[in-house]
Amino acid sequence: MKDWRYWLAEQRGTLLAFGIFIVMFIIYTSNHPAGFTANVVQTASNKGVLLAFVAMAQTLVVITAGIDLSVGMIFLLTNCLASWLVIGTGIETAFGVVAVLGTGLLCGAINGAIVIYGRLQPIVATIATGAVYFGIALLLRPFPGGSVNEDLADALTGRLFGVVPASLVVLLAVVLVVWVPFSRSVLGRAAYAAGSSEMAAYMSGVPIRRGKFAAYALAGLLAAIGGLFLTFFTYTGEAAYASGNAYTLFSIAAVVLGGVSLFGGKGSAIGAIFGALAFRTIGDLLFVFDFDPLWQPLFQGVILLIAVSLGAFALFRVRNRLEWFL
Amino acid sequence: MSETTIGGIAGRMPKFIRRADPAVLTAFACIVLLLFLGSLYSRSFLSPEYLLQQLKVASFLGIIATGMMLVILLGQIDLSVPWSVATGAMMACAAAAYGPVGVALAVPFGIFCGVLIGIVNGVGVAYLRIPSMIITLATNAVAQGLMVVYTGGFSPQDSATRAMRYLATGFAIPGVPNAVIIWALIGAAMVFVLTRTGFGRTVYGIGNRERAAYLSGVDTRRVVLIAFAISGGLSAFGGVLLAGYASKAAQSMGDAYLLPSIAAVVLGGTSILGGRGSYLGTVAGVILITLLQSILSVMQMPEAGRQIIYGVVIVAMLLLYGRAPASR
Repeated sequence: MKDWRYWLAEQRGTLLAFGIFIVMFIIYTSNHPAGFTANVVQTASNKGVLLAFVAMAQTLVVITAGIDLSVGMIFLLTNCLASWLVIGTGIETAFGVVAVLGTGLLCGAINGAIVIYGRLQPIVATIATGAVYFGIALLLRPFPGGSVNEDLADALTGRLFGVVPASLVVLLAVVLVVWVPFSRSVLGRAAYAAGSSEMAAYMSGVPIRRGKFAAYALAGLLAAIGGLFLTFFTYTGEAAYASGNAYTLFSIAAVVLGGVSLFGGKGSAIGAIFGALAFRTIGDLLFVFDFDPLWQPLFQGVILLIAVSLGAFALFRVRNRLEWFL
Repeated sequence: MSETTIGGIAGRMPKFIRRADPAVLTAFACIVLLLFLGSLYSRSFLSPEYLLQQLKVASFLGIIATGMMLVILLGQIDLSVPWSVATGAMMACAAAAYGPVGVALAVPFGIFCGVLIGIVNGVGVAYLRIPSMIITLATNAVAQGLMVVYTGGFSPQDSATRAMRYLATGFAIPGVPNAVIIWALIGAAMVFVLTRTGFGRTVYGIGNRERAAYLSGVDTRRVVLIAFAISGGLSAFGGVLLAGYASKAAQSMGDAYLLPSIAAVVLGGTSILGGRGSYLGTVAGVILITLLQSILSVMQMPEAGRQIIYGVVIVAMLLLYGRAPASR
């Protein structure tokens, strides 16, 4: 096979997610009353980018064959923290941003330490740490409120040169600064290898523990970037349990749509980003077709159910029935 | 190596302690510790009325945790508990609005809806081979969506039937709340199924290694499906009783039961990887969690503090005895 064929086979999930997103977005904008204008794109990208960050966070952990059910709560916690800290003069704001991102990194690192060095199951461990993070968020913001540096918020949620949504530019920057170096580093390879076959990776001397730890910690950081952006959009912090749960859930949906294997070792954060954008667009299709918003949770749930069921098609390729029970 | 050291210490202890699971003993020790701490805080903590009240509150969690335990024994997990509980409660209340037949069928109908959710989970896990945490999250979202559409986003107006209220708050035997009796019956049935039937053996077998169970001629997929259906049904039944207790259903009534039900099962010594655990441990876990909740609320701990303490306690207990083996 030629090189490009390998590349194509590896990127199939990402390309599929990209295709779904493009089709959905065309349907969305062509039926939108305002049509394909800079405003519509800006609003859509602002909503999509939030989920894209959380989905990237989930991807890092899912690649190691784990799962992080606390990403939504880290997202809430950093949102509440940012509504206290990211305010005031330029230096104060910068300090606040660093503190918020550091908190996210710390939350992720705690998850990683408990799962890897504590040898606990990721599901239970992250549900429990998620409860802790939600509790802290509730301590910070018993009631919705707070404020944020509005100049910075408007700059990052507005448009560059009147056309390009700034949030998309930030998303691109985060991909270039966090995801690309990670996925090309030894640690990133180790995370993939650990997800693909932990034992084989261990035997080959791959630093799987450090790789997985880095994946969990960076997941916390990415969730924190999402939380920061939520603050920029809403200007407030709010510890809403349902919202945190919804983001965790949607991040899994986005990851699945984005072609990342839930069994680990396969997929990329780019795919998850397009998965997130596609999921958001599909959810918003209801609005352009004038459905009652009450139907949105059901609609999103059904999409999620269909998305996760698509993985079952792999069963048709199974030759030996024993492979069901991996 | 560790066998001999444990044998050396435990050799001097009575037989029933030697045979017991250290995790179950730890859980019961924690219960005694909590009761002691509680009695320091308030005199009435050890009064029979208070303890019976705690047992009644515990029975709702106990019924839900029974289903959860069955699924965890298989090495799976059921994250659809929150909206299975709410669906059971809402559908039972909704059925009550349809005349005398509806009133009569309210409780079975609520449970039936939970079983349906469980069957979707079971088909996904057993036949489509979707990871259980993913498919149960998805069905949870669908159940939530259905209930939001049905109720219009508000708490439903229908109220619980008299039968539901009687089941949750009545006294068939003087002095013993009905909810506790129901939990005891379900618990006894569960112990019987797990220890005396082929189904129970198979559940443990699948939890240890599904491949081996399959090769032994067991239709493992059907067993998994049934286990998820039972779990959904018991969650919904818990919801029905909760609706009877509060005399109506509410939107987020199930949210408070996901983490506690998993925690109760795991704190009771059931391995989260499946295949190992006893119902006695789950009972201990349920009582432990309920007492912890009760003490925190007596101390007027706000919701935030409760969540933090919950999470920390669960992680700490798991680190004590829920760790995966170190060797590869």
